[in-house]
Amino acid sequence: MFNYIIRRILIAIPILLGITIIDFLIVNMAPGNPVDMMVSPNVTGAALELKKAALGLNQPLYVQYWHWLVNILQLNFGYSMTTYQPVGDMLAQRIGPTMLLMGLSLIVGLLIAVPLGIVSATHQNSTLDYVATGGAFFGVSIPNFFLGLGLIYIFAVRLKVLPSSGMFTLGGNNGIADTAAHLVLPVIVLAVQIAGQDIRYVRSGMLEILGQDYLRTARAKGLKESVVINRHALRNALITIITVIGMQIPLLFGGAVITEQIFAWPGIGQLTIDSISGRDYPTLMAINLIAAVMVLAANLLTDIMYSVVDPRVKYN
Amino acid sequence: MGYMLSVRNLQTAFHTDAGEIVSVEDVSFDLNPGETLGIVGESGCGKSVTSLSIIRLLGKSGRISKGEIQFENQDLAKMNEKEMRKIRGGRISMIFQEPMTSLNPVFTIGYQMQETICLHLQMGKKESRAYAIEMLKKVGIPRAESVIDNYPHELSGGMRQRVMIAMALSCKPKLLIADEPTTALDVTIQAQILELMKKLRKESGTSIMLITHDLGVVAEMADRIIVMYAGQVIESADVYTLFDHPAHPYTIGLMNSIPTVDLDDSKRLESITGTVPSMYQKIRGCRFCNRCKYVTERCRNEAPPLTQQGEGHLARCFFAGNLPQKKEA
Repeated sequence: MFNYIIRRILIAIPILLGITIIDFLIVNMAPGNPVDMMVSPNVTGAALELKKAALGLNQPLYVQYWHWLVNILQLNFGYSMTTYQPVGDMLAQRIGPTMLLMGLSLIVGLLIAVPLGIVSATHQNSTLDYVATGGAFFGVSIPNFFLGLGLIYIFAVRLKVLPSSGMFTLGGNNGIADTAAHLVLPVIVLAVQIAGQDIRYVRSGMLEILGQDYLRTARAKGLKESVVINRHALRNALITIITVIGMQIPLLFGGAVITEQIFAWPGIGQLTIDSISGRDYPTLMAINLIAAVMVLAANLLTDIMYSVVDPRVKYN
Repeated sequence: MGYMLSVRNLQTAFHTDAGEIVSVEDVSFDLNPGETLGIVGESGCGKSVTSLSIIRLLGKSGRISKGEIQFENQDLAKMNEKEMRKIRGGRISMIFQEPMTSLNPVFTIGYQMQETICLHLQMGKKESRAYAIEMLKKVGIPRAESVIDNYPHELSGGMRQRVMIAMALSCKPKLLIADEPTTALDVTIQAQILELMKKLRKESGTSIMLITHDLGVVAEMADRIIVMYAGQVIESADVYTLFDHPAHPYTIGLMNSIPTVDLDDSKRLESITGTVPSMYQKIRGCRFCNRCKYVTERCRNEAPPLTQQGEGHLARCFFAGNLPQKKEA
């Protein structure tokens, strides 16, 4: 097992390198560059060229990439080209709010999806099943920004019970209750989407298991139906559930671009938008790198979890 | 008469999109304590549905629509789910066809065995573990002390079926329903499992309902046999009578399609042409009429009743007893 993990980590290094090269190319292929964003009637062309040279943007791409890579290997994310702050500090500021928002949304989403997915599988083709799958369809289909704006209109504008944006009330006491109130709407928006996807995964995973012979054996032993479902079936369905969670862990760090933007949530998602519109290469690359590392780490973690819940899975 | 199990006019129906479909009809038989009853027939003739009706594991769509199942003076057909649970795994237990998939892959052998033992015998953890090991030894599993902590995938098919048998017999059932217990196993393992079942039957006095399509297996094991076809009992007799004087053309056909050692190599093995009619087809006359060599106009229009052919020998054919017997090879 230990050898397996080491091997997977070693394999991840070239993959990660490949990802950063592709990311770097795509980011640079996008029209414009950080200096173009500074153009104004008061700036001369010569000054812009000077700025370009200062930022190293006049060098060939492979040289720029090499500089970036050497810095990253020293854990130096560089400085933002728009705010001139260290990228590492900017990320550190943003990661907390994003993890809070996404973690909570993921938990709420799973708390809805897992029980509902199971019940809708055990009561296949019942009214409850139709309501659950219909709800899931709604959750997946409705655009985030639409649901977000709708909720803001109802709860913030009309009813005035919840704040519409940010993480704290300006001039407020910055207490837990205040942040909690700010969390409600974005968490609902994200949880609806997450639950919508997961209900369908859990339901189909569970349905597959409900037809298995060993559940008939369990019933033939005289076990209660609740034990048959919650112990014998669910333990097997965990494999599906772990896969689903594994796919969503990277979201914890990548944030939700659109939802964070709508609710002005000071997280990674918003930073992504800002750095894209400012062509802030170092920041964009740092966000991409973190996302890539998280995807690889989550995949590895998922594979390790498989061997924990399923004795048939062995790595060596 | 103190039959242990007495099934009377059992009818089982399944709810489908095409309405309710009767799968098993007018099935009656009795079973004495310690006796082995073989139920034979080809796939889809209602053998398994009959056995699942007795243990009431028909699933959501199936139900017993008529008849009664008297088991130790209780009617299982009318029992509620809670009472039924006490009987399942306790006084009636079941082993299934597929040992590869009948055990839960994520729990150890010990866990799955102890689950039943704790439930029905009110034993504690330690006690039930010792008992489970004892049962595993009884079914001939070597190194039972370590096998108990194995997962199903670490055992071979034959071993798993032994585990299933150990599990099924652990609560000393009065009735063991074995649904094709050896079909998925290779011949040597099959012989071992049958030998084991015989030995355990002798020791425990458990009655066995053996469901199979293998006539060799019933000849070996059963005291009495019922032959089913298209959801009905078409012949029932003790094992000697059935093999020596089969009365129904279907049974005769089955007997003739067994290869024998002295069979002439140049001759083709006899077979029954056609297939079992599906449950969706409505048949007015005899259900076997489309495949029967001796079919008459009467057979197509009128359903034959089960008639007495001799002591304890019933057959569902107008011409039972007047048909040519086994062809000599």
